[in-house]
Amino acid sequence: MSWMTDLGPMRDVVISSRVRLARNIKGYPFPVIMDRETAREAMEKVHGGIVSGNSSLSKDLKFMPMYELDDLERNILVERHLVSPDLIQRADYTGILIDDREEICIMLNEEDHIRLQCILPGNQVAKAWDTIDKVDDVVEENVEYSYHESLGYITSCPTNVGTGMRASVMMHLPALVYGGHINGILQTISKIGLTARGLYGEGSEALGNIFQVSNQVTLGPSEEEIVDNLEIVIKQIADKEKLTRKAIYEANKIELEDNVYRSLGVLKYARRLTAKEFMALLSQVRLGVSMGIIEDITLTDIDKLMVAGQSANLKSYAKQHDKSEEDLDIIRAEIVDHLI
Amino acid sequence: MLCQQCNKRSATVHLTKYINGQKTEVHLCQECARQRSDINIFAPFTINDLLSGLLDMAAPSTVIGKGKDIKCSTCGMTYSQFKKVGRVGCEDCYKSFSRELDPILKRIQGGTHHTGKVPSRMGFNYRLRRNIDQLKRELNKAVETEAFEEAARLRDEIRELEKELKKANEKGA
Repeated sequence: MSWMTDLGPMRDVVISSRVRLARNIKGYPFPVIMDRETAREAMEKVHGGIVSGNSSLSKDLKFMPMYELDDLERNILVERHLVSPDLIQRADYTGILIDDREEICIMLNEEDHIRLQCILPGNQVAKAWDTIDKVDDVVEENVEYSYHESLGYITSCPTNVGTGMRASVMMHLPALVYGGHINGILQTISKIGLTARGLYGEGSEALGNIFQVSNQVTLGPSEEEIVDNLEIVIKQIADKEKLTRKAIYEANKIELEDNVYRSLGVLKYARRLTAKEFMALLSQVRLGVSMGIIEDITLTDIDKLMVAGQSANLKSYAKQHDKSEEDLDIIRAEIVDHLI
Repeated sequence: MLCQQCNKRSATVHLTKYINGQKTEVHLCQECARQRSDINIFAPFTINDLLSGLLDMAAPSTVIGKGKDIKCSTCGMTYSQFKKVGRVGCEDCYKSFSRELDPILKRIQGGTHHTGKVPSRMGFNYRLRRNIDQLKRELNKAVETEAFEEAARLRDEIRELEKELKKANEKGA
């Protein structure tokens, strides 16, 4: 999976970039009120169009209806951030088209008929938009989209009409959290049409200091404006994070190194790790790797481990579905040993 | 501290309730807490919750007050159904509920007009019109920043395109 294995630009702060476009087929009721037959017909329309098309996409994309996967396989797709929890809850109606490298994933009959996504490693929002723009052109050759002259692309939820675009990045911001700057930054970006939230964990708590920054507004600005706007902000947040990392290191060299190495020690040798502790330790180790304190582990190792340590992936690793949270804590500690 | 319910796992969910000045404390592990109906910290707050709040604020009281519900004639979804799920049932719902939806769109989106990508099926004339709109916006900006040379260039370009559009329209008619 490319966003986990390839490095990409600015990987020390930006883990991955994603652009999603929401599209609907003209004349079909939206998934919220669709019956099963119509849902499968709509899926076949998109799938058939791509397969019969002349583009390279027809060879690259594999069709996977959700009803053909078991529960565990579906949950793994969610934890790898390829599909949404909503998609697998309605498995009888939904499916995906996905490429080998898992860079392009098209969700069918999620909230909208078609949700095209491109996920790339590091900070590559513009490239992700460019890629998915072309995929969109190919899909459109065979499927007529629902489009309105002033509202743009029509979506099931009014928060997506217009471009139907959500561009987002996953950022690791331990120094900004530690320095107490994070809330100020989150509040500021909400004033310019962007939004940020903790990626793991519930409510205001961001496990592992991982944040997702994305555009909020979809009607008004063009796709390019949305991408430019987001890129400027990402760059500023990343610069501030790096400066703060450096400042913390210079002010408390021993303390930071002590923290990083202790975290690595616990992560490696603990026999039980809760999800929360695992993410906290991993964040410290990631900081250590990105600052060159730890040299024999790579950033992609860490990010791979982050996904592997989530519950469904652990169950799959253990080849058992009925593990309790407590059992998973033990397997989580084991898997660290295998991966780093 | 061990979970009060199962007495096996350690308690990580701590709930303190005050009812009529009476304080009660509950300490549970995650798994037992998930099974309790009075603890709903595991349910995420969604964009839908926010949206339904906005819908209530924006809807004219005449619609709700008289108990008459608007219905989309294409898909049969009613406005009150939409309010509950936060999603419309089909493309025509935007027309059917436009009186209620338009002010909400303005509030949550900021803009009211799409300026981005256009499906290639939309046809030559439409694209041309969009192009002209875009240039007009650029012209306004140029005038505002007193970039008059740029403004003159844009004005000429707009004239050219308008001529082209007129020709295309005549041909079409």
